[in-house]
Amino acid sequence: MSKRIEVNDLDVYYGSFKAVEGVSVEIEPRSVTAFIGPSGCGKSTVLRTLNRMHEVIAGAWVDGEVLLDGANLYGPGVDPVNVRRQIGMVFQRPNPFPTMSIRENVLAGVLLNNRRMSRSDQDDLVERSLRGANLWNEVKDRLNIPGSGLSGGQQQRLCIARAIAVSPDVLLMDEPCSALDPISTLAIEDLIEELKQEYTIVIVTHNMQQASRVSDKTAFFNIAGTGKPGKLIEFGETTKMFSNPSVQATEDYVSGRFG
Amino acid sequence: MTTAAPPATRTAAPNRPADVIFKAVSTTAGVLILVALAGVAIFLVAQAVPAIIGPLPEDDSFLAWVWPLTFGTLWSAFLAMLMAVPVAIAIALFITHFAPRRLAMGLGYLVDLLAAIPSVIYGLWGIAVLAPFLQPSYVWLAQNLGWLPLFTPPASGTGRTVLTASIVLAVMVLPIITALCREIFLQTPRLNEEAALALGATRWEMITMAVLPHGRSGIIASSILGLGRALGETMAVAMVLASSGAVTFVLVGSQNPSTIAANIALRFPEAHGLTVNMLIGSGLVLFAITLIVNAVSRIIIAKTTVDGGR
Repeated sequence: MSKRIEVNDLDVYYGSFKAVEGVSVEIEPRSVTAFIGPSGCGKSTVLRTLNRMHEVIAGAWVDGEVLLDGANLYGPGVDPVNVRRQIGMVFQRPNPFPTMSIRENVLAGVLLNNRRMSRSDQDDLVERSLRGANLWNEVKDRLNIPGSGLSGGQQQRLCIARAIAVSPDVLLMDEPCSALDPISTLAIEDLIEELKQEYTIVIVTHNMQQASRVSDKTAFFNIAGTGKPGKLIEFGETTKMFSNPSVQATEDYVSGRFG
Repeated sequence: MTTAAPPATRTAAPNRPADVIFKAVSTTAGVLILVALAGVAIFLVAQAVPAIIGPLPEDDSFLAWVWPLTFGTLWSAFLAMLMAVPVAIAIALFITHFAPRRLAMGLGYLVDLLAAIPSVIYGLWGIAVLAPFLQPSYVWLAQNLGWLPLFTPPASGTGRTVLTASIVLAVMVLPIITALCREIFLQTPRLNEEAALALGATRWEMITMAVLPHGRSGIIASSILGLGRALGETMAVAMVLASSGAVTFVLVGSQNPSTIAANIALRFPEAHGLTVNMLIGSGLVLFAITLIVNAVSRIIIAKTTVDGGR
């Protein structure tokens, strides 16, 4: 289920503009890795290269390798559609499909791969995924109402249920709590702690307390100035990154001296 | 009536001249459209009454006379929509989600240009090019698929059948539907598209999961606008269709139903007396059909509209 990610000397470009330069990180299975850094430093871009979602923007391309248990996601003949089926993603704002019910939202990804799924298997999967996302008790009596009728925090957990329903190897989260209130944020953070038992999780966050609460390892990205590429400044154990970082810029950032 | 009146001592806000003038202009414009609509409706009803109540010279009743025309109008418009809507959606999807940006812009411009061609030109093209071109295939259809009620022989010798007219209509309504669908598809929330792609959807699966559901009400609305044009189109149909006034579903034969609008255009110059009232009465029927179509579409749109999905 859970796989190891290795990023080797990755550069990300939009057309001829180099957005991110020279990123190398190793992400262990069943761990939570947080990407922190100021806005525009490329942390979301790097996250998106891990499931090739950056390619949605025309002209985006990468130089370097991303290995998922040794297999290069950017190797010749690798279909981005298959990559995304193995590596799930949760976005900044909750985005359930507005015309689908809660149940249909959970099943949306699974039915892409496997259209002939028996009704009872579907019911099991919906329950399992919603339980996995800590949403089951709140919605079990109204699985057929539209997903957009839920609160923001519930919608975000629905999106997590939708992502884990396809049993991905890795779960990417792009600032999953930035549109949520503190209570819903706490619910998501607790959920991340549980999901860690089964999945490799990479989370981008602007909230440093969040990074220190949920993650095992932290990667700090920074940018020298507008128009310059973002860089990975430091990558290490979260406790060390927040207490005793080896780079001055990291210490300035995590202690709130800038950014 | 517990609502307290505003204190009389409060001074009224000063009336700014620009606001007063703008309010007057916009109110006048709003009233004007109602007056125009009422004027048309009153004219149609008043002129149609003698035909509806009075004995007609040839036929039994007004209804029996107007029915074949109504049928022809609805049938040709239906056929046109059947061809135009899927093609329009496909073109709009190609422009918004498949074509490279430069090609998409050029293609979008071309489609808009298609809407600017006068209907007389479409009529000429239908008579001179399309009808002779299609005639041999009508013969083939009548020979080989003649057992289908749609292709009952004999085939038309000129090709100026209800199918040809419908194809011309379809080409005419295509740009309207395409242009509107394109705008709607472009407005699909990026979040929904990315949600589908991140689940491992192919481009087409993303379209069925995010783009089409989001655009559903817009597709209906644009189709209704296209249908409105197809129902009311006069010149192209009058020129292309060789009508006999028959009520038939045959697509390729020489017996074809006429449409209300084309019939008015063709017969009005020589009409006198009660015939004028009959033609205006048929116009009233067309007016009613259009109103009903619009009302139904409003209901459908209201029922299928989803909130932005954020």
